[in-house]
Amino acid sequence: MATLAEPPNTSNKEVKDVLGQAYKYGFVTDIEAETIPPGLSEDIVRFISEKKNEPKWMLEWRLKAYHHFVSLLEKQQLPGWANVQHPPINFQDIIYYSAPKPKTLLASMDEVDPELLKTYEKLGIPLQEQKRLAGVAVDAIFDSVSIATTFKEELGKYGVIFCSMSEAVQNHPELVRKYLGSVVPYTDNFYATLNSAVFSDGSFCYVPKGVRCPFELTTYFRINTADVGQFERTLIIAEESSYVSYLEGCSAPMFDTNQLHAAIVELVTLDNAEIKYSTIQNWYPGDENGKGGVYNFVTKRGICRGNNSKISWTQVETGSAITWKYPSVILQGDNTVGEFYSVALTKGYQQADTGTKMTHIGKNTRSTIIAKTISAQHGSGTYRGLVRVMPKADNAWNFTQCDSLLIGDQCGAHTTPYVEVRNRSAHLEHEAFTSKVSEDQLFYCNQRGISTEDAHSMIINGFCREVFKQLPMEFAVEATRLLDANLEGAVG
Amino acid sequence: MLEVRDLHASISDIEILKGVYLTVKAGEMHAIMGPNGSGKSTLAYVLAGKTNYKVTSGQALLDGQDLLGMLPEFRARAGLFLSFQSPLEIAGVRLDQFLRAGYNAIRKSRDEEEMDVLKFNRFLTTKLEMVELDESFTRRNVNEGFSGGERKRNEILQMAVLEPKLAILDEPDSGLDVDAVRTTAEGINQLRTPDNAVVLITHYQRILNYVVPDVVHIFINGRIVKTGGKELAEEVEAEGYDRFETAARASEPGT
Repeated sequence: MATLAEPPNTSNKEVKDVLGQAYKYGFVTDIEAETIPPGLSEDIVRFISEKKNEPKWMLEWRLKAYHHFVSLLEKQQLPGWANVQHPPINFQDIIYYSAPKPKTLLASMDEVDPELLKTYEKLGIPLQEQKRLAGVAVDAIFDSVSIATTFKEELGKYGVIFCSMSEAVQNHPELVRKYLGSVVPYTDNFYATLNSAVFSDGSFCYVPKGVRCPFELTTYFRINTADVGQFERTLIIAEESSYVSYLEGCSAPMFDTNQLHAAIVELVTLDNAEIKYSTIQNWYPGDENGKGGVYNFVTKRGICRGNNSKISWTQVETGSAITWKYPSVILQGDNTVGEFYSVALTKGYQQADTGTKMTHIGKNTRSTIIAKTISAQHGSGTYRGLVRVMPKADNAWNFTQCDSLLIGDQCGAHTTPYVEVRNRSAHLEHEAFTSKVSEDQLFYCNQRGISTEDAHSMIINGFCREVFKQLPMEFAVEATRLLDANLEGAVG
Repeated sequence: MLEVRDLHASISDIEILKGVYLTVKAGEMHAIMGPNGSGKSTLAYVLAGKTNYKVTSGQALLDGQDLLGMLPEFRARAGLFLSFQSPLEIAGVRLDQFLRAGYNAIRKSRDEEEMDVLKFNRFLTTKLEMVELDESFTRRNVNEGFSGGERKRNEILQMAVLEPKLAILDEPDSGLDVDAVRTTAEGINQLRTPDNAVVLITHYQRILNYVVPDVVHIFINGRIVKTGGKELAEEVEAEGYDRFETAARASEPGT
């Protein structure tokens, strides 16, 4: 007789609207770009290097990587161990260089193409506003070329160098030469090799001895041209007793074909230095049938070279069709600390295989891993992590917690932790649990007047709290919003 | 305020509620007493709209509104509150945030302006004082690491914040020691007004030493079998439920 009919003012229509909600950042900016035909060859590598007016050593380094890549391709040594599926990538179909025209050096923000600025505004990062926004310096990467760098002057006062990788190659070759590839060598893995050959741009940051960088440094990446592989490269060096917090955010418009994004990030800390690196990744995940979307195959690694230094990775991965990344820390110095905090959300047909590697080399080294995997609809999330304790790493300590939250019954979550201990004094802890948002929890929230959608969002954000609280305040808010936006329609 | 007529409900095709009649008026405090497994909690859940129970027949009106046709959150917004017997944890969600979400959802449904964090915190402070809890309590995550007693007090705090018309308290005394029963009861007394009503479900008479019901119902095997004044509770205390159970069996249809 009496059944649970929905009252007329319920949000059923809203729910449907939201279910059909398209990727919000799927627009293409109409500006002229300088783009070369697709394909990879030695000539293309030379072309890129020449375009960037690079010194000879840089070109040679690229060519070494290119030849290594060709040999890997010939031997078909593509990585196949990740828990992701995709059709083979044809590396000759990819465009390796695209730059907005005209490429002249910009003296100030006012000279930036207004179309570009509009794009950033749509993305929610009004660069114009950034000047006034205290505490955030933005280096915006549009396709391959860094468009504008703000706050450079202010940073200059502290001796902090924050510029595009291209500029760094020109202006600080000694630093680039010393550190580029020192953490991720060009032979490291298939995609790292490709990146080393064709990397287009990226961010460079150098914090001198004793300086605590006064701003959160931010880079915003965006892929605009169809079929462009974006191969950016970031290098951050924190000298003795320095500190820097860096955040990258990513988005890409919608294109039908998959776009390859194979970036490299290298971090180096010397004695008593600390780098905090946060990522919010929201590349286009593909449509509801799993068509299109970004392949995000990224190598991120930091080395705590000096004693008492610390590297902390925080990532919120909500986008991309496929995510394949393992931000890692090599704990070389004594008393060094490595941290990895991650939230990875997969919905639709997204796949994510992500985690970290903590390599303990020095004495009294400590690492913490908190990984939260959320899967909804047909999403597949895998945590893959390695904790390695080397023979001389006395009193190494690790805590790992990897939790999965499942929404619905079509999704999957997997946990693959590896442990390799070669020192008996090591102390390792591992916790893992898999849970579903329970009907009883939802009912509890409903009974307090909270709608099911809001309850889901609250419970999921609660699940991620340990990670979100690692993010700088304003980005934590952003991450919460992003997660909500991504989950709208995927729950309930 | 609450009018329940011939309410039948089942779970997995087993009938639990077998024709409940209950009338509660504004300002009243009703106690529903009964043995374990008699269906008291089911009554609370069915009125609050838990989905795994199926209502097969009957009616439940809150101020004339048909409760059974509403989603649980709409029942809450209409002024129905359920204090859970075993309140759940919501990991990582702070209690003040949780309370504000509920409070504002209810306000919004009444076209009232939502309260910002600062205003809400001031409001919350007054409520905390009322139920004698420290402010640090609401900075903890919802029931995460709470003791049994803290969970129960948290339910009373939530009732204080949400200011319901009708509060159904499902065994707010179970698992509590004597002192905690008294504090909980004091909280409940504090929150009584001439405009709201309380239905207190309990197994023991104990809590009724501190909260005085206007009406006592004896609930046996899915129905209210006897209704009376507070002396009924004393009868239960003295004699147990046996007498009522025997009488109930005798009066059941078909036996």
